[in-house]
Amino acid sequence: MSGAHDHAGGGPAGDLSSRVHRLDPRAKIVGLVAVTLVGVSTPIAAWEVWLACGLVLAAVAAAGRVPARVIWVRARVVLPLVILVAAFIPFFRGGEVVASLGPLDVSREGLEVLGSVAAKATIGTVSAVLLGAITSVPAIIRGLETMRVPRLLTLIAAFMYRYLFVIAEELRRMRSALASRAYRPRTALQAAALGRMASALFLRTFSRGERIYLAMLARGYSGRMPRLDPLRLARADAVFVGLILLTLLPLRVIS
Amino acid sequence: MSCAVHARGLTHRYPGGHLALEGIDLHIGHGERVAVLGPNGAGKTTLMLHLNGLLTATAGALEVAGLEVCRRSLGELRARVGLVFQDPDDQLFMPTVHEDVAFGPLNMGLGRDEVAARVDEALAAVRMSDAADRAPHLLSQGQRRRVAIATVLAMDPMLLVLDEPSANLDPRARRELVGLLAEIDRTMLIVTHDLPFAAELCERSLILSAGRLVADAPTDEVLADDDLLAAHDLEMPAGIALDLITRRPRPGAEAAGLSLRAGG
Repeated sequence: MSGAHDHAGGGPAGDLSSRVHRLDPRAKIVGLVAVTLVGVSTPIAAWEVWLACGLVLAAVAAAGRVPARVIWVRARVVLPLVILVAAFIPFFRGGEVVASLGPLDVSREGLEVLGSVAAKATIGTVSAVLLGAITSVPAIIRGLETMRVPRLLTLIAAFMYRYLFVIAEELRRMRSALASRAYRPRTALQAAALGRMASALFLRTFSRGERIYLAMLARGYSGRMPRLDPLRLARADAVFVGLILLTLLPLRVIS
Repeated sequence: MSCAVHARGLTHRYPGGHLALEGIDLHIGHGERVAVLGPNGAGKTTLMLHLNGLLTATAGALEVAGLEVCRRSLGELRARVGLVFQDPDDQLFMPTVHEDVAFGPLNMGLGRDEVAARVDEALAAVRMSDAADRAPHLLSQGQRRRVAIATVLAMDPMLLVLDEPSANLDPRARRELVGLLAEIDRTMLIVTHDLPFAAELCERSLILSAGRLVADAPTDEVLADDDLLAAHDLEMPAGIALDLITRRPRPGAEAAGLSLRAGG
C-alpha cells in the first residue's frame, strides 16, 4: 500500500516548504502546461526550443529541490510506452539511408522524427511529473476548479483520488484471498473467477458510493460542493509564470 | 424542554417488503448517553438513518432534537443531529482532513471565519489538529475514526449518533476512543454490539431485535441478564466481568442529573 503512495500515487516531493511548492496551484498549472505546449507544438528538430524547455524544467525542479531520482521513477511509468511507438519510425520512413540493419533501412528523416517525438514526450511527461511533485493532488484539483474547469469533472477527479486507494486496497485483499486458496489460473476457463472478482468489486464500489452519498446528505449536502477560502494569486505567482513564458515564447516564435 | 428523541410507534418497511422497524416507542432525554444493542440485521442502522431524516418512517411519529422529522425540517435536522457512520472511509470523502471537517459547517451556510474556528475546535477535541492538511487515506483506522467524529462535532449537533464506533479498532485506539467520547458533552446514541464498550460509556441500554425494542433499562441491568442477552444473540466477551468495568462519568453529570430529575 505505502509503495503505491510513494510512486504511482505521486504526491509532493522535494522540499515541501520551497518557494515553488508554496505557489498558487493555478500558477503552477499554467506554467507547466505552457512548457508542455511550447515543447509539443514546435516543428521537427527544433532542438534549441527543447533544450530551453529542459532547462526551465530543471530550474523548477532545482528550486523545489525535487530529486532527479523521483522524477525518473515516476516518468519511467509512462515514458517507455510513448517512446516504444516512435522507435519503429526510423525503419519505415523513406529518404536518405544512414544505416542498414539486415533487410531494414534506417532513414535520416526517420531518426529525426524519432528524436523529436522522444523529446516532446519527455518534456510533456516530465512537466506533468514535476507538477505532481510540487503540487498536491487536492491543490491541483482546486486550481482547476477555480480555473472554471467544469465542476463535474473536478468532482469526479477528487472522488477518484480519494477512493483510488480504498478500491486498490479492496482489490489487493480479494486477490490475496484468491491466491491463499491456491488459485493459479492455467486455462481460460479458470479465469472465470477473475470475472466474478471484478463484478464483486463493482458491486462493493457501487454500494460504497451509496453509503458515501448518505454520509454526505447527513452533513447537509444539497447538491453543491462548498468551498473553503478562495485561492489568491500573489506576486510570486505572476513572476513564476512570467519567467517561464519570457524564456520560452521568444524562442518558440523564432524557430 | 423537549426530548432529544421521541418516537411513537415508529415503523419502517423497506420497498422490498422487509419490515426493519416495528412499532418502536422510545424517549431519550437531553444529555443521556444511550447504547443501542442488538445482533446484525436487528434494525439498528435503519433506526439511526431515521434520526437524521435519511429514511422516513412508513408509520408512526418521530421527533428528534425538538423537530418533527419531515421533508421541511431536513436542513435544520441535519445540523442538529450528527451521524458518524460505521466505515470512516464512507464519511471522509474530501481530499484533505481540513476540507472534510469544513464540509458540514459550510453546508450550514456559516461564514468562513466561523467555519475555520469550528474546524480547529473539532480537530482539537479529537486530538487530530496535526493532521488537518493530510489526506484521509494516509491516516490509521483509529485516526480516521476520530476525524470522522470531528466532521460531525464541527456542526455542533445536539445529538450525536455513532454506528459501531469501536469496530475495526486495535485495543489502544479503542481505549483512546472511549476516553474521547467520555469527554464529549452531548446527548449520545451509540449503536454497537461491543457490550463492554457500551458498559463503559452508557448508563442506559436498549436492545433492538428483529425490528422490535425488546429491552430498555439501565445498562448494568441489561448486561447482567444473561438470558436476555442470549435470546438476542448478544454476549459479554469471555473473561470480562461487568463489575470490573467502571463507567466514565458524563461531563457535568451532576447538572444533567438535576435537570433530568426536575424535568422527569
